[in-house]
Amino acid sequence: MTTETEASVLAGVDETPGVAKPDPLLVADSVTRRFGGLTAVHVDHLEVQRGAITALIGPNGAGKTTLFNLITGFDKANGGTWSLDGVALQGTPAHRVARRGMVRTFQLTKALARMRVIDNMKLGATGQLGEHFLPAFLRPLWRDQDTQVEARADALLERFNLTRVRNDFAGELSGGQRKLLEMARALMSKPMFLLLDEPMAGVNPALAETIVGHIGNLRDEGLTVLFVEHDMDVVRSISDWVVVMSEGELIAEGRHSSIVTNPAVIDAYLGAHHGTPLDRDEQDRVLAEAEAAIEAAEAEGEGP
Amino acid sequence: MDWIDIINTTLRTAVGTTAIVYALAAIGLNVHFGYTGLLNFGQVGFMGVGAYAVAISVTELNLSLWVGLLVAVGASVALALLLGVPTLRLRADYLAIVTIAAGEIFRTLIQNPEWRDTTGGANGISQFSDSFYDVNPIPVGSYGFGPWHYSARGLWALTVGWGLVVVLALAVWLLMRSPWGRVLKSVREDEDAARSLGKNAYGFKIQSLVVGGVIGATAGMFQAVEKSSVTPGNYKPETTFFIYAGLILGGVARTWGPVIGSMLLVGLLEFMDGVLRGAIAEGIIPDGLMDTTQVGQVRFVLVGIGLALLVVFRPQGLFGDRREIALETR
Repeated sequence: MTTETEASVLAGVDETPGVAKPDPLLVADSVTRRFGGLTAVHVDHLEVQRGAITALIGPNGAGKTTLFNLITGFDKANGGTWSLDGVALQGTPAHRVARRGMVRTFQLTKALARMRVIDNMKLGATGQLGEHFLPAFLRPLWRDQDTQVEARADALLERFNLTRVRNDFAGELSGGQRKLLEMARALMSKPMFLLLDEPMAGVNPALAETIVGHIGNLRDEGLTVLFVEHDMDVVRSISDWVVVMSEGELIAEGRHSSIVTNPAVIDAYLGAHHGTPLDRDEQDRVLAEAEAAIEAAEAEGEGP
Repeated sequence: MDWIDIINTTLRTAVGTTAIVYALAAIGLNVHFGYTGLLNFGQVGFMGVGAYAVAISVTELNLSLWVGLLVAVGASVALALLLGVPTLRLRADYLAIVTIAAGEIFRTLIQNPEWRDTTGGANGISQFSDSFYDVNPIPVGSYGFGPWHYSARGLWALTVGWGLVVVLALAVWLLMRSPWGRVLKSVREDEDAARSLGKNAYGFKIQSLVVGGVIGATAGMFQAVEKSSVTPGNYKPETTFFIYAGLILGGVARTWGPVIGSMLLVGLLEFMDGVLRGAIAEGIIPDGLMDTTQVGQVRFVLVGIGLALLVVFRPQGLFGDRREIALETR
């Protein structure tokens, strides 16, 4: 699914941690977050290429979500600077970061349960006049804008195959539908940079495939995507670039093919492998072995 | 037992001034708790500040009653900011603690004997709302039908009171169907989600606290002006919980829930009062079990049991949507 242009933009880039990109949208320097004595994140330098899909991977506890929280203003860094499209963002509160065009989703999906799906969507639009206290009383002031917002919301619901549940409460949706809703809702603000925290977690394989397709389409429309993911098949299928974190630091960057053979990455994963999911090929192999063993046992049981 | 009398009294109470006061306070609390998810356990503090601001403005500052009402609105905005600015950035429980404490601090302060010249101490202040009854356009006489009969004065107070209830309930309805109300509900559901979509959750919570607080203060202002007196005893913490009871009985986050709920609660308390007194008088409840001095407390116990059953069997209240309550909010 990787487009020719994006692949070639990053083609000549060195595969070393913190390497400069041809056209970075996000540039971060010395981003540090300490919890007591533990340094959860210490990223010396990171650039995220505009218009590309970058995967952020690493073992559990590597600091991926913490890094997300820091650059989106949901957590306060102990130090460091970062900028989006040249505008410094350190110290900016979360809602302003979102208005600047960097919108995130959450690992544990945050559907607004007791609101209708369509209202979840309409909430995502920024700059609504009717969100100010006094104009709120006077519907004629914001009716036209609200109609436009609703039309955009309906178009996105259609695209994400959620039109059927438009008037349901978001709390009635399945886990996978909630993931889709959260992604669609984030797009309502017309972001330039989308940060997805495990967009495929807990989603059935068919729907995961759909989400992969959506992410690819967004990139093709010019959106920049950074996503955290554990499933290496997904990472391989859509990411243009892979960034690996371990123990709070960047340990590798590069294309998927070189990342999987990178000794530092293998070390990091093996060193902290307990409890992390195996990749799918390995899972299949283990399953096949188990099945074979069961069949053999059954054949023996049925014998004379 | 005189059932006709009990029912008539109940019907009168359900549309009386106490019902108005509870309804107004509950409309404000509905903005906080129902729509924004703010745990305000000190709505009575807003009522008290509204009431005393009017009384003190007129009796001590020699302002006209109408200016006094504006002062009261200003005072309730100030209280909302005082309570909200430091706490609303923190977890939800902090507002709960601070509001319940603020209500009690307020009551303790106005009872302070040192300030008796200004606040009237434990006796409170009276005789400050002549201007309200002076503008009564209803000619002297007796009005009403069925169980409802009022003097011109009483009818004037009820008209203004229910007018306020309708206007404020409709104002809240207008707000909640707007994009502004949509943001409040999103803050109730998940503050971080709201922030991730560019909404200043803190700013909206402050606005909500101010709006609901001013409506709560209106309840206090109405109560003070209608009786032309304020006493600290009116502002005990349990009042907040009666307001919550009315709100939950009617249905949270519903336009008319707080209004109907308050009328029912007040009517129900009066009804239990009449029934218990009647039963004691006729010996249905033996003297050894309880006497008329205990009726006031026992009716609360009975209504409390009723509310507990309501929460079990109809958690959404009378106007709520069961489906909505059953949702998993994570």
